[in-house]
Amino acid sequence: MTEVKNKIIELKNAVIRFAGDSGDGMQLTGNLFSDSTAFAGNDFATFPDYPAEIRAPQGTVAGVSGFQIHFGSNDIHTSGDLADVLVAMNPASLKANMNWITKDAIIIVDNDAFTEKNITKAGYEDNPLSDGSLNGHLVVNGPIATLTKNAVSELDIDNKSAQKSKNMFALGMIFYMFNRDFTKTFSFFENKFKSKPLVVEANKLVLKAGYHYADTIEAFVNTYKIDPAPLNKGTYRNVTGNLATSWGLLAAAERSGLKLFIGSYPITPATEILQELAKHKQFSAISLQAEDEIAGIVSTLGASFAGALPVTSTSGPGLSLKSEALGLAVMTELPLVVVDVQRGGPSTGLPTKSEQSDLYQALFGRNGEAPLIVLAASSPSDCFYSAFEAVKLSVEHMTPVILLTDGSLANGSEVFKIPKVSDLPKIYPPIVKENDPDFQSYKRDEKKLSRPWAIPGTKGLRHRIGGLEKENITGNVSHSPENHELMSRLREEKVERVSNFIVNQDIIGDHDADTLVVSWGGTHGVMLTAVEQLLDEGHSIALAHFKHIKPLPKNAEELFSRYEKILVCEINLGQFVNYLRMRLPQFTYKQYNKIQGLPFTVAELKKEFIALLNE
Amino acid sequence: MESIIDTTKLELTKKDFESDQMVKWCPGCGDHAILKSVENVFPELGIAKEDFVVVSGIGCSSRFPYYMNTYGIHGIHGRAAALATGIKIANPKLSVWMITGDGDSMAIGGNHFIHVARRNPDINILLFNNKIYGLTKGQYSPTTPKGSKTKTSPQGSFEQPFNPGELVMGARGKFFARVVDTNIKMMTQVFSEAAKHKGASIVEILANCVIFNNKIHGLITSRETKVDNQLFLEAGKPMRFGKDNEKGIILNGSHLEVVTIGENGITEDDLLVHNPEREDSGIHIMLANMMPPEFPAALGVIRSVAAPTVEELIWDSVEHEKEVSPYKSVDDLLNSGSTWTVD
Ligand SMILES: Cc1ncc(C[n+]2csc(CCOP(=O)(O)OP(=O)(O)O)c2C)c(N)n1
Ligand code: SF4
Ligand SMILES: [Mg+2]
Repeated sequence: MTEVKNKIIELKNAVIRFAGDSGDGMQLTGNLFSDSTAFAGNDFATFPDYPAEIRAPQGTVAGVSGFQIHFGSNDIHTSGDLADVLVAMNPASLKANMNWITKDAIIIVDNDAFTEKNITKAGYEDNPLSDGSLNGHLVVNGPIATLTKNAVSELDIDNKSAQKSKNMFALGMIFYMFNRDFTKTFSFFENKFKSKPLVVEANKLVLKAGYHYADTIEAFVNTYKIDPAPLNKGTYRNVTGNLATSWGLLAAAERSGLKLFIGSYPITPATEILQELAKHKQFSAISLQAEDEIAGIVSTLGASFAGALPVTSTSGPGLSLKSEALGLAVMTELPLVVVDVQRGGPSTGLPTKSEQSDLYQALFGRNGEAPLIVLAASSPSDCFYSAFEAVKLSVEHMTPVILLTDGSLANGSEVFKIPKVSDLPKIYPPIVKENDPDFQSYKRDEKKLSRPWAIPGTKGLRHRIGGLEKENITGNVSHSPENHELMSRLREEKVERVSNFIVNQDIIGDHDADTLVVSWGGTHGVMLTAVEQLLDEGHSIALAHFKHIKPLPKNAEELFSRYEKILVCEINLGQFVNYLRMRLPQFTYKQYNKIQGLPFTVAELKKEFIALLNE
Repeated sequence: MESIIDTTKLELTKKDFESDQMVKWCPGCGDHAILKSVENVFPELGIAKEDFVVVSGIGCSSRFPYYMNTYGIHGIHGRAAALATGIKIANPKLSVWMITGDGDSMAIGGNHFIHVARRNPDINILLFNNKIYGLTKGQYSPTTPKGSKTKTSPQGSFEQPFNPGELVMGARGKFFARVVDTNIKMMTQVFSEAAKHKGASIVEILANCVIFNNKIHGLITSRETKVDNQLFLEAGKPMRFGKDNEKGIILNGSHLEVVTIGENGITEDDLLVHNPEREDSGIHIMLANMMPPEFPAALGVIRSVAAPTVEELIWDSVEHEKEVSPYKSVDDLLNSGSTWTVD
């Protein structure tokens, strides 16, 4: 084919990975590209890859910070398996990311950063740019540092400050490559650096210089264009899972008329929830940074007794510390929402990596028979709806709820269609009116089996609750054997009856298939993508992705009975599959598990599914 | 100190606070007298009965909420301070009373104890210090004297104990008082002062566990020795004690000393005058540390320093944010920042 200069090629979707040293501003670069992607009307999902150390030695692999974006004209459900374009600002970031790019990925590097010293620091023996190890890739190795310096030579700015804009040079090149518009990015600079006009100017000049450089040297042979995705009418934004969780909780506070109280202790990757909610006192949302996770949950339970909308957020190790208090919440039958943003365990484990390994802990990690509701969010934007539902169920059914999200949802972002809060369901707290003559603290609602919420300060309802077993109806302390059995069964039944108040489990894909793949929580995007691709390729397969874990949706049994082969996929050693084996033992479940601190890839799932289809 | 609330309209009596539950402490346990004193105080405070919340951890002492006809929550071991903090912050109108033991608040709940002192919510903390684990039947606690033989220290405890008052002040607590379970009048008066103090008011009650640690506070409380071993502190008054009020406390250089008035030219003017409101806790710590036989034990309100409460600061901030925040509703928040519209 005779190539015309700068042919614009239309793509359906693409994955770009920005990588550099922690100080190179790769998260900002990624976010700015996301903004322009939104502006271009694409659907997208992103994932940051932070180094585990806050200030790892400069130039080392340990100090590499990355940001991946997957964008397209189709529905995008994941941040992408492998990158089609890698921006590597130094040798270490090239080294760290070679496993995460496609065989023919385009690589943009800052040639100036490939000094002997940096190459050695990254752990290379030879310069990877010249030793042939990048064969098969189109490598664009511009002297980015030098060109950045040149771009701002007219400005009264020292080189050290100028080099801070180096990332914008790379972004400019990517903008050229994908035919992007600067407008959004420029107005971002103007806002962000309002008081520093010189910095605004420098960033603009460098971004433009990168753009023109790519054009002038004909860096990419072709450029690319991705059409807008067919998004429904509405207003959209980008959200991470932790942000969506926080906002879902605030929306639930508004719909319930309750004041939110969060008592929490910082822990990766849950901290942003406490930080976000701490910003919103204007909604009477109260945050308490407790002295530990125990005080976090216990102060929250105190607030619950006092009539607040009670939330505590944590990750695995913190959930362990909260176990005893969760038992108290089960016994006192007060509302309480625990958000557990799962990470790699056990113990400190892999704090910055994602895993689905707290499911057993959520279901069973308490002394005594201590049932509670367990929900799992399925995507960053679903965190909003799952958090909302967690509150609704907890408050209306007077029971603790554990909402499981995970590190990949928490930090990953995607496009979120902004709902109107008034369109969300109303939440009805079963608060008892003063001097209610029928009030008894453990007299239950007939349908839900929930007990009434009698809030201190209300006339005529004085009563005592606590961790000792309660007598049915009166709520007095009781050691009666029959009463204990009755109460144990009532508490279990109360949680199981929640299945009358949640949606049925749905199936995606081919309803008549023989093969059902099953997943839960944060793997939704990658499972859906794999299944959609197989369906497109003509295979017959169905997906059941669970958000309601305890209780299971009522139709789960009927649904499983329709399939010959059931494969349960999880980022753990098989916690959900074993739970299903316990709850619905009549079916045979196969399992696919991965526990490397890494998400599933679409490719590995498809391979696994095809093998199963061919069995 | 003046009461902030008008009592005239309420006219509550002790009866209003007595619960119908059988009190199950051992006969002779010091906790009975403490319960009586609290029942004396509640009707006097001018607070509506539905506005009291009694919160506890676990232990013999922590059964307390069941014996009061108020709102109550019996929590888990050590965590009452966190429960109480959550309740008070969520609803500052409530009068929150926390009941705890020496094991509950100094051992398993030690962390929460120092933080409640530091945070300063307006709650009243009654620490039943019987220097033993009662409910679990007689193991040593963090306040048990070194060398004491208990079930888990058969050779005598090897550990140095905490002094709760010193711990409160080390944690920058603003109110600390000490009373004996043998003096209902003293308890009633001091509990009432604790209630009126705005902030975390911590009252150590030298309580007797007749079963597992009988007479542990005997030197301070027994009829024969108490006059020489109790110094009841009153604001603005010189520190005098003894059978004929003949003894006193002076500050000699950097330490306290017991003196006898009339001996060695000592007059009342030489005695320390109690100032519970002194911000600096130096002398308060020394007073809390006085113990027989060398010193009398300091009783009454040792420290009472005004400071803003955490819930006050939080809710002031809520009011401020309501005024200045650009977000009037969650819709505003959801639509803030970078958004785009598809038509
Ligand atoms: C998590 C936990 N650990 C241990 C216990 C057992 N336990 C109950 S009360 C108590 C000690 C109580 O001593 P203290 O707080 O001094 O109260 P007292 O009984 O003396 O009033 C212990 C160890 C428990 N209930 N919970
Ligand atoms: S064991 Fe001791 S503290 Fe417990 S009730 Fe009996 S006397 Fe009181
Ligand atoms: Mg004790």
